[in-house]
Amino acid sequence: MSVPAGPYLTEDGRQIGDVLMEMKNITLKFGGVVAIKDISFDIREGEIRAIIGPNGAGKSSMLNVISGFYHPQEGEVWYKGSVRPAMKPFEVARQGVGRTFQNIALFEGMTVLDNVMTGRLTHMHASVWDQAIWWGKAEREEVFNRDQVEKVIDFLEIQAIRKTPVGRLPYGLKKRVELARALAAEPSLLLLDEPMAGMNVEEKEDMSRFILDVNDEFGTTIALIEHDMGVVMDLSDRVVVMDYGKKIGDGTPDEVRNDQAVIDAYLGVPHE
Amino acid sequence: MELLNKIFIAPFVDMVAAPDFLMQVLWEGLVSGVLYSLIALGFVLIYRSSRIFNFAQGIMVVFAALTLVGLHEMGVPAWLSVFLTLAVMFGLAVSVERIVLRPLVGQPDIILFMATIGITLFLIGLGEIIFGGENKQMITKELGIPTGSTDFDILGGYVSFQHIDITAVAVAGLLVTSLLLFLNKTRMGRAIRALGDDHQAALSVGISLQTIWILVWFIAGIIALVTGIAWGSRAGVSFALEVIAYKALPVLMLGGLESIQGAIIGGLMIGMLEKMFEIYWGQPILGGNTESWFAYMLALVVLLFRPQGLFGEKIIERV
Repeated sequence: MSVPAGPYLTEDGRQIGDVLMEMKNITLKFGGVVAIKDISFDIREGEIRAIIGPNGAGKSSMLNVISGFYHPQEGEVWYKGSVRPAMKPFEVARQGVGRTFQNIALFEGMTVLDNVMTGRLTHMHASVWDQAIWWGKAEREEVFNRDQVEKVIDFLEIQAIRKTPVGRLPYGLKKRVELARALAAEPSLLLLDEPMAGMNVEEKEDMSRFILDVNDEFGTTIALIEHDMGVVMDLSDRVVVMDYGKKIGDGTPDEVRNDQAVIDAYLGVPHE
Repeated sequence: MELLNKIFIAPFVDMVAAPDFLMQVLWEGLVSGVLYSLIALGFVLIYRSSRIFNFAQGIMVVFAALTLVGLHEMGVPAWLSVFLTLAVMFGLAVSVERIVLRPLVGQPDIILFMATIGITLFLIGLGEIIFGGENKQMITKELGIPTGSTDFDILGGYVSFQHIDITAVAVAGLLVTSLLLFLNKTRMGRAIRALGDDHQAALSVGISLQTIWILVWFIAGIIALVTGIAWGSRAGVSFALEVIAYKALPVLMLGGLESIQGAIIGGLMIGMLEKMFEIYWGQPILGGNTESWFAYMLALVVLLFRPQGLFGEKIIERV
């Protein structure tokens, strides 16, 4: 069962729209090492798109290409209907692509609230001068954005730790704060690099619920990398499977699950 | 016995006997301390946002003061020269980012440190070519900074406050307060703090390294100018001024490289302690001139017991 080419409604009633981002024939090399080889796929508005594959398959590299941390030698990145020129990561972020990191990249010395507030930076435009004077524009802006941040904090249920320095939090909560920061930016596309790595079952369930809620509530398009097959299959609308830098499968979880190449490479050949 | 008396008893007897003099000593120490704090603050800001130990902070003080005085000598009105000097410091911040930092992004810290030594040497040369190497007088009067002194009849004697010193302390206090507000309350300030914690994460929320670096170096430039004016009014403007910047090193060891509060408290502590040590212990026992080394000695002792400094983030190693 594959998905329709145009906009459609999912079984649980979510609207999937047109293509938001498309990777066309991306090739990425580090010296002689080919990390990604001629990969094309698209991400559609409103969907949860997973990229899976064994270690070293090039999943994280792909995410870094999307978020502008790496620049592919060949191929084009299409975003919102036009080719995206080579950009710095912060410019990509300002275009509405938010992300989290595999090894958690938070501002450890700052409180949860301050961390999430940094997510609003792209929405704040008071000039240096306004900020130096503070009263007026800068203050209004700060108050408004603080409100938005509180909503995100409520949504992800981290009210209780708002004032805690992030460095003191346990791993699972840090992951959630990182998600909150990315979410505060109201991204058009949210990239999650192994959102459940290193979590216990309970934390994984929480995180899955949050990811689904974010997608459902805000209609945020999400692309995620994940190792846990069960989680991926439950969460995502479509899955790209990578192995050794190549794409070996692409489709709904069911299609991918029954694809022989995918089974061989990633899931292991079943014993008869 | 005589020595023990000189170390443990006599100084304190003196302090109690002449509280007005103690007050005077503490005030003098406080003024130096404020300036040490300011310079240390310049170091901390740049270190926190880019992990660069900026060796050039000292020469920036000299360069700012020289530019100010030099411009005035060329016939520019005093206050206009202040603004022009600020413009020069901004230009310096932009060039440092473009020419030095940007090509070196991602290099090991030591390389960036070396680069700031390069900036130091370059600025010494440039300063000498443009403004000459001889000593200059700070244009204190022209800037409207009061120069007299007020004597207070307290504590059974006279305590004398130089107006220059009062101004320096007030301006420094104002500068530090606004800086703290800026860092804690505004978008840019938050970005500066964020950048110091994690470059990648900062990029992912749309913070531009370049913009923040220019901003931070410019703030360091403003601090340098204020310090240059204050210190230049007391000691004249020359390249020897750079040496006071090295006094910021023990301040940083005490306060930790990361902590703004640490830089302020560390600076004040060193300023006051070195003055007291010089007057009550240094001169009677060691023949004076202890101010040149006391701060370093103190820092060494502190490091023995607290390697992260008095206020540095606690070092916890996960095994």
